[in-house]
Amino acid sequence: MRYAEIRLSGSGGQGLGLAGRILSEVAMAEDFNVCQTQSYGPEARGGASRTDVIVSRDEILFPNCREIDVLLAMNQESCDTFGEEVKETGIVIVDSTFCDQTPAVGTVYRYPFTRVAVEKFESALTANMIALGVLASITRYFPFEAWKRVISARTPERFRRVNLEAFEFGCAEGRTLVKEQSENRPVVWDRKAPVPPGLKRKQRGRQS
Amino acid sequence: MTVPWGETRLVQGNEAVALGALASGVRFFGGYPITPSTEIAEILARELPRLGGVFIQMEDEIASISAVMGASLAGAKSMTATSGPGFSLMQEGLGFGCIAEIPFVLVDVMRAGPSTGLPTQVSQGDVMQARWGTHGDHPAVVLAPATVRECFDLTIRAFNLSETFRTPVILLSDEVIGHMRERVTFPRREEVEVIERPVPETPKEWYEHYHPTASNVSPMACYGSGYRFHVTGLTHDRQGFPTRRRDEVNEMMERLKHKVARRLDELVEVKMHDVEHSRVVIFAYGSVVRSAKAAQVMLEKKHRRVGVFRPVTLWPFPDREVKQHLDEKDVIIVPELNQGQLIHEVERLTSDTVRVIPVQRVDGYEITPDEIVAAAMEVM
Repeated sequence: MRYAEIRLSGSGGQGLGLAGRILSEVAMAEDFNVCQTQSYGPEARGGASRTDVIVSRDEILFPNCREIDVLLAMNQESCDTFGEEVKETGIVIVDSTFCDQTPAVGTVYRYPFTRVAVEKFESALTANMIALGVLASITRYFPFEAWKRVISARTPERFRRVNLEAFEFGCAEGRTLVKEQSENRPVVWDRKAPVPPGLKRKQRGRQS
Repeated sequence: MTVPWGETRLVQGNEAVALGALASGVRFFGGYPITPSTEIAEILARELPRLGGVFIQMEDEIASISAVMGASLAGAKSMTATSGPGFSLMQEGLGFGCIAEIPFVLVDVMRAGPSTGLPTQVSQGDVMQARWGTHGDHPAVVLAPATVRECFDLTIRAFNLSETFRTPVILLSDEVIGHMRERVTFPRREEVEVIERPVPETPKEWYEHYHPTASNVSPMACYGSGYRFHVTGLTHDRQGFPTRRRDEVNEMMERLKHKVARRLDELVEVKMHDVEHSRVVIFAYGSVVRSAKAAQVMLEKKHRRVGVFRPVTLWPFPDREVKQHLDEKDVIIVPELNQGQLIHEVERLTSDTVRVIPVQRVDGYEITPDEIVAAAMEVM
């Protein structure tokens, strides 16, 4: 990965700002250039909130997402608003606790972050960490060790353990989601569409 | 939090401003919190008491800027931070700072206006306010950062200029830059130059607070150092006492003008990217520079060559540089997050044969590179 645009969106108070900071620091620890912007309303809680993280090996000029590679949508509103900005090959991760309708673009993963957070960790506040875990294991942009290091450095002492547990739980759930998704993917594809590079047969004697 | 000299960190724009201030040796902050500048106050509220400095939250912006000037007269490097609505309230004090020649730094993190407007969204609506917001003829020094690293560098530069020129300096940031987090590699301590204000060497009984010098900037004693002087907003003589004598009034006003106008080389800074060889140039400042540079890259992929001309110092306006580099061009595109402020300066300085095209946006969102590309493609 040389360049990725990641947007974390939902409503104010869901911890997306912190999630964005953690994501940025992880990318930085892996020696990427990072630029994170935030957008939120004048309210203390509620209202639309999003944070854009751009990760690149080169200099980052425009600081906002234009063609989203990964969209995390924690409510229906952000699903509807930002769905159309996702790339054809992009990844959409939605919180199915709040979203019924998912955008018809890219690869969509549904997971009830908030419901699981309440049931398993007895606090909706850990939903952002589970979501980060899922995002980490779906995208595989950065090693898990780097994620864990940054999470333990960036979260307050009394929440550290629960945040790390939630993150690791998210990672495991993410792996299951990827597995399910790959099993569900149809084997037949359009013959006229270009062959995905991973499936291209190697041509002998020709150097690319 | 200390300045992480030589290290690489993920830093927010406002945080970088606070760190730049600490690197310059700021010892007083008086302010009233306002989105999107609050982080600067928040950080300095925590850090200044540890350094033996003072942080004070005043009852409003008028009191804040007055407190800042008082602290500066007492010898402390002082600053305040605000946004559009607070900046309007500070104009009275800013004028006082100009006539009484008090060095301090005022950070304005621009948000969409007028009035309360869109508190959490971006604009560049205060460009003219920064120049002409306070009444009367006065010097104005305004710097506009475009990256988080520049927030750090230009804050130090703002302090240096204010101490050198003995005048208020405005750092005109905006919501995007202020709230953006970026990977920043800080300079090493020895790479950064911090300038202290010139102090008088004359005997105390000979001291004149506004003594004319070759540079038009008088050495400045501070209150409590044994030097006696008077400070007033009224037009004053060399000792600082009110006067209506024509020769003294003219001397003071000329000096205020010339201390900036005769040293433009030290003040004016522009950055140019491929301007020389392009027929079409984008003139951008502040956060819009990033969109302009992204548009430049996108246009290059379409085999269209454009340059980016970027004033780092907005005021005094880089008249000579604009005339020299932009007057021969075919088209100048001026993207701004307002309904047209600096575009008039560009129009004033270029001849009628140069087409000046605005790209403007006032809905609280940034101008995207695509908008600039679209404007460029129409003329190329």
